[in-house]
Amino acid sequence: MVDSGNASAPKPSSSVKLVLLGEAAVGKSSLVLRFVNNAFQENKEPTIGAAFLTQKTALPTRTIKFEIWDTAGQERFASLAPMYYRNAQSALVVYDLTKPTSLIKAKHWVAELQRQASPGIVIALVGNKLDLTKGAGGEAAALPAEEEGVEGEGEGEGDGDARKITTQEGRSYAEEEGLLFFETSAKSGVNVQEVFTAIANAIPETQMKTSRQGAGGGAGGGTQAALGSDRVNLTGGKGEAKEGCAC
Amino acid sequence: MDEIAPEYDVVVLGTGLTECVLSGVMSVKGKKVLHIDRNDHYGGEAASVNIESLFKKYGNYTQGTEPWKKYGRVNDWNIDLVPKLLMSNGELTNILVSTDVTRYLEFKQIAGSYVQQGNGPRATVAKVPSDASEALRSPLMGLFEKRRAKKFLEWVGAFKEDDPATYNGLDLNRISMREVYEKFGLEATTRDFIGHSMALYQTDEYINEKGAAKETVQRIRLYVNSMARYGKSPYIYPLYGLGELPQGFARLSAIYGGTYMLNTNIDEISYNGKEVAGIKATMKERSDDPDGMKFETKTKTIIGDPSYFPGKVHVVGHLLKAICILTHPVPNTDNSDSAQLIIPQSQVGRKHDIYIAIVSSAHNVCPKGYYIAIVSTIAEGSANHHLELQPGFDRLGKIEERFMGPAIPLYEPLESGNRDRIFISKSYDATSHFETTTDDVRNIYLRAAGEELVVDGLRGENLVAQE
Ligand SMILES: Cc1cc2nc3c(=O)[nH]c(=O)nc-3n(C[C@@H](O)[C@H](O)[C@H](O)COP(=O)(O)OP(=O)(O)OC[C@H]3O[C@@H](n4cnc5c(N)ncnc54)[C@H](O)[C@@H]3O)c2cc1C
Ligand SMILES: Nc1nc2c(ncn2[C@@H]2O[C@H](COP(=O)(O)OP(=O)(O)OP(=O)(O)O)[C@@H](O)[C@H]2O)c(=O)[nH]1
Ligand SMILES: [Mg+2]
Repeated sequence: MVDSGNASAPKPSSSVKLVLLGEAAVGKSSLVLRFVNNAFQENKEPTIGAAFLTQKTALPTRTIKFEIWDTAGQERFASLAPMYYRNAQSALVVYDLTKPTSLIKAKHWVAELQRQASPGIVIALVGNKLDLTKGAGGEAAALPAEEEGVEGEGEGEGDGDARKITTQEGRSYAEEEGLLFFETSAKSGVNVQEVFTAIANAIPETQMKTSRQGAGGGAGGGTQAALGSDRVNLTGGKGEAKEGCAC
Repeated sequence: MDEIAPEYDVVVLGTGLTECVLSGVMSVKGKKVLHIDRNDHYGGEAASVNIESLFKKYGNYTQGTEPWKKYGRVNDWNIDLVPKLLMSNGELTNILVSTDVTRYLEFKQIAGSYVQQGNGPRATVAKVPSDASEALRSPLMGLFEKRRAKKFLEWVGAFKEDDPATYNGLDLNRISMREVYEKFGLEATTRDFIGHSMALYQTDEYINEKGAAKETVQRIRLYVNSMARYGKSPYIYPLYGLGELPQGFARLSAIYGGTYMLNTNIDEISYNGKEVAGIKATMKERSDDPDGMKFETKTKTIIGDPSYFPGKVHVVGHLLKAICILTHPVPNTDNSDSAQLIIPQSQVGRKHDIYIAIVSSAHNVCPKGYYIAIVSTIAEGSANHHLELQPGFDRLGKIEERFMGPAIPLYEPLESGNRDRIFISKSYDATSHFETTTDDVRNIYLRAAGEELVVDGLRGENLVAQE
């Protein structure tokens, strides 16, 4: 849907590595499934089986190809490898609006990213499962802080409000830490596309060219030229970096 | 979901490369794997560390000083603890490609492969000729010897194991390499660089071994074909260091359902009769629980590195290793940003070769302007180990910083594991590449899974979901 074929004059396209973080079952994989396939599964199994997914987002002047890495469960016992963060230009830190512990976990991940990831990484904090909260049909729910207020006491089942974390709480934390902030529903699709578009827009154009090979970690600008040569593509005999044909 | 299952098909201890490849392969094959490491990082002895950790590991500084500060950002450094390179046509490369772990890693060529001839002030360092035409240009040989070497390399290049016509009348399954060298009339110095910098033997034992000729020819072919693949050297190397390799395979394992627990001690291994039955372990303090999290789980198979089984392994040798930081390329390597330099044992009056592996900022393992050279060999004496490495240091020019610990014991398991179903890997040996590591992987897989490991087509269909 995003990728309407403007075949005649392709816009510059670049890859952006995006990593997912958040407590188990907050909806990380569901958000990606919504973004990539525009689909939702009611009882999604814990993630296994995908190295990463890719999806393009078209901006006015360029096309961004997200390369989305799931944790593959390695975060469960705090055993994520540094390779996971390596050269990530963006991160989606997800919590569940109906589960207070999940925001605490999300804060932990933000701190971890600030410690481990490339300094320029764009982080979006996302409160998911907005459909379970009151007044969250399909309208643009997230951004304005107005409809916060009522703390969802009890189970909230009666009026369908299971919200345990106010919009204000998420937002002010995000503002303190300089994160993008959205409330989403992978189930209804509300705000999902918006999160990815906002991330794409927030990544400076200068960061792009290097895509995942050059960015971050290493010794900055100078390395890029050096990196260009001698890189080998193991899957195809002689050749260029595999991003060469990002089609 | 945050729970540990009551039973796993395989428990893997240690996250070195051997263990991670096995864990990944087992998971892809549908086994339920629990993978534990006592350290809080992946890689064990095959990790890459930053410069501050390196100073601290070797204790190379006076308390209260912070000498690593003059080397730029500590995290720009990823210094390998194990000096190895990948053969671009080798088995590890094959496994990486077959499992799609190449998705997570970027590789670069090592810029050159060099060998030393002679000793002391008269030593020359030259490129290892990798084909017949390079042999003709090599300063390592005189005019007539060049032609003989060319003939030899042409023959090796055309050799096909299943075509006796290519054996050149030599019964390679029976004869020794000496007889082959004699047939081609090759001189001792030529034999030296062929055997040590192409066939990559660490000692001269192969020369007289009956029936070893075919293996030698195949090793040379691996070198030549690896060389032919990308052009500059037969070696490739992952950006950010070798520590990326175990992490890549760990991710593969996790994607197929493997459970990972770092920072976790094994408290007890329980047996049912002679066979392993389970483990008790403690995940060290997680923030919410100062005593750590104790757990136990059953398993009928354990795979682990020697450090987890001090009573089930023995020492087969000692590795000497010095990590050197330089601010210039290694002299006589054409200003290469990376290289392998081999000093064959006989050139310096030893029994084991000395290896120098050099990488640099081109591989994102250090800031611009720095080079990391690791000099290593097998210990031949019990003291003065720095003297054994001296011929290697002599090649490096000015050394900014040198990290060298005591001799490192190399372990091998005492038993095959068939009795207790505990399959123990070997230590990384002194070879300059991973071919022996992948032999160990295949061997352990055969013993533990009861079948040959076939890596071709291992990647699951859904491994890489596309848009
Ligand atoms: C190329 C290369 C390969 C090597 N291969 C090996 C190898 O395969 N095995 C190996 O042991 N060493 C190997 N070593 C090196 C090695 O001897 C280490 O110096 C040693 O393991 C100590 O590691 P450490 O200093 O990180 O200490 P630690 O990892 O803290 O371990 C210290 C010692 O305590 C023991 N130990 C710690 N925790 C446990 C536990 N929970 N259960 C049982 N024992 C425990 C281990 O036996 C270890 O030797 C290798 C070194 C190199 C360079
Ligand atoms: N109501 C509602 N349910 C959701 C939403 N997003 C995800 N879920 C459900 O929450 C459960 C967990 O979703 P996943 O996408 O698997 O969560 P995850 O964070 O990837 O979980 P792990 O991979 O186990 O860490 C599934 O049952 C989803 O159907 C949402 O926006 N609204
Ligand atoms: Mg998931």
